[in-house]
Amino acid sequence: MLFIKCPYCGERDESEFHYGGEADISRPEEPSKLKDIEWGNYLFMKKNTKGIFSEIWSHSSGCRKWFRVDRNTVTNDIIRVYEINK
Amino acid sequence: MKQFSTWQVLKNGFINQKGWKRQWEDAAPKKNYDIIIVGGGLHGLATAYYLAKNFKLKNIAVLEKNWIGGGNAGRNTTIIRSNYMLKGNREFYEHSLKLWENLSHELNYNVMFSQRSHVSLYHSPSAIDNASRRYNIMLNTGSDAELWSLKTLKKKIPHLNYSDDSRFPIYGALVQKRAGTARHDAVAWGYARAANNLGVDIIQNCEVNGVITKNNNIVSLNTSKGNIQGGKVGFAVAGHSSILWQMANLGNLPIESHKLQAFVTEPIKPLLDQVVVFSVGGAHFYISQSDKGGLVFGGDIDWYKSYAQKGNLPIVQDVAECAISVLPCISRLKLLRHWSGVVDMSMDGSFFICKTPLNNLYLNAGWNYGGFKASPASGWYFADLIANDRPNRVIQNHNLKRFEKGYQIDERGAGPDPKLHG
Repeated sequence: MLFIKCPYCGERDESEFHYGGEADISRPEEPSKLKDIEWGNYLFMKKNTKGIFSEIWSHSSGCRKWFRVDRNTVTNDIIRVYEINK
Repeated sequence: MKQFSTWQVLKNGFINQKGWKRQWEDAAPKKNYDIIIVGGGLHGLATAYYLAKNFKLKNIAVLEKNWIGGGNAGRNTTIIRSNYMLKGNREFYEHSLKLWENLSHELNYNVMFSQRSHVSLYHSPSAIDNASRRYNIMLNTGSDAELWSLKTLKKKIPHLNYSDDSRFPIYGALVQKRAGTARHDAVAWGYARAANNLGVDIIQNCEVNGVITKNNNIVSLNTSKGNIQGGKVGFAVAGHSSILWQMANLGNLPIESHKLQAFVTEPIKPLLDQVVVFSVGGAHFYISQSDKGGLVFGGDIDWYKSYAQKGNLPIVQDVAECAISVLPCISRLKLLRHWSGVVDMSMDGSFFICKTPLNNLYLNAGWNYGGFKASPASGWYFADLIANDRPNRVIQNHNLKRFEKGYQIDERGAGPDPKLHG
């Protein structure tokens, strides 16, 4: 069981949260100007890091806010939890 | 290699079982191979076997970082079925099922393939429309499929929870009778033995930790047993595909690694003759009974990506709840074993058997939560791709380009989120 410390509500167990996947994927400013391969890369290609990985979670059964987590994907240790724009 | 036969069994009965020999050779790596398959799981071993058997190729090695059959080959629920609908998947999985039907003879090794029926329960009237479409497509493309009414289902499997007040009442079932289960270890050993017999080197404890490339070609692989040169290289390491891909400096793959858990109970007397799936219009849960009597079951993947080969507790609870809601009679059974495997969840829920940006590298990946059933056909078509340097018609769309072109093969219609394809 993961215990995640929501930056707004404090520590809760993982079943209160929803997983949002890899962090730092932002929607391209002007999608119509992208080549197919660039759009494909944005939408589908994943880093899939083995080790320390930055990801986003939402406290879906709590404050419903999104935030960031740095987690080791091998041991599941949570290194750091922080607000999304920090 | 000594052929297994009734005569051998009898003869060894008289000589205290001392006539059996090691079934395949634990090879040390040579400096150079014509073809190197990275990954000694079922897909890698099957590929090596079909390269040697169908294309008469020699000088092939399979590199395995641990021991063969120790990865996802030993971490699954051994369900075999071909109830896929989309073009490409339909032909592929049907071919796989046909290969399973003759696999014990083909390999001269009893893989204990048991065609005990795959019974997919449906739980709402709209689920039957959806599932009938799938099963009609199966019927029209040379497979078998049946629709069981509630009356038939009650007669065949009397101890499911048929109460009207259950959260997902059972309306009936969609059945593939040729589907079933097999013994996973036997599949690994059978392919290894048959491939080794045709001259394939199976090299264990040999982890690839570097890929040396030059002018869009792989020159050699750095491994824990030294540098090995290869003419052609195939990656078949589902669960860790992204890692090798990045090792070859090829960027990212449309894959996330997730964990899939499975469970076995203490053995009991025969209870369940079929593979039963609590699915269409309900939850996600599948169960069968092994020959030893244990109930083998599983459900959803864990909901976040991970390489940890241990599962999370919310899924244990979720799967246990599914088990009891569909089979209340097993509520007091104890769990004997529980494990989790790391699987390649692809962005559209379908696999890749394709060429890559490197001229002599071929990719076999993205098997999601269901690679076991695919093993024979995966080896068959991957061998075909490597030997002929072009994809077979059946798998020609199972490539990486489908994402940039917008031709995803999304059997479940779940969209671009890998965790939803479980």
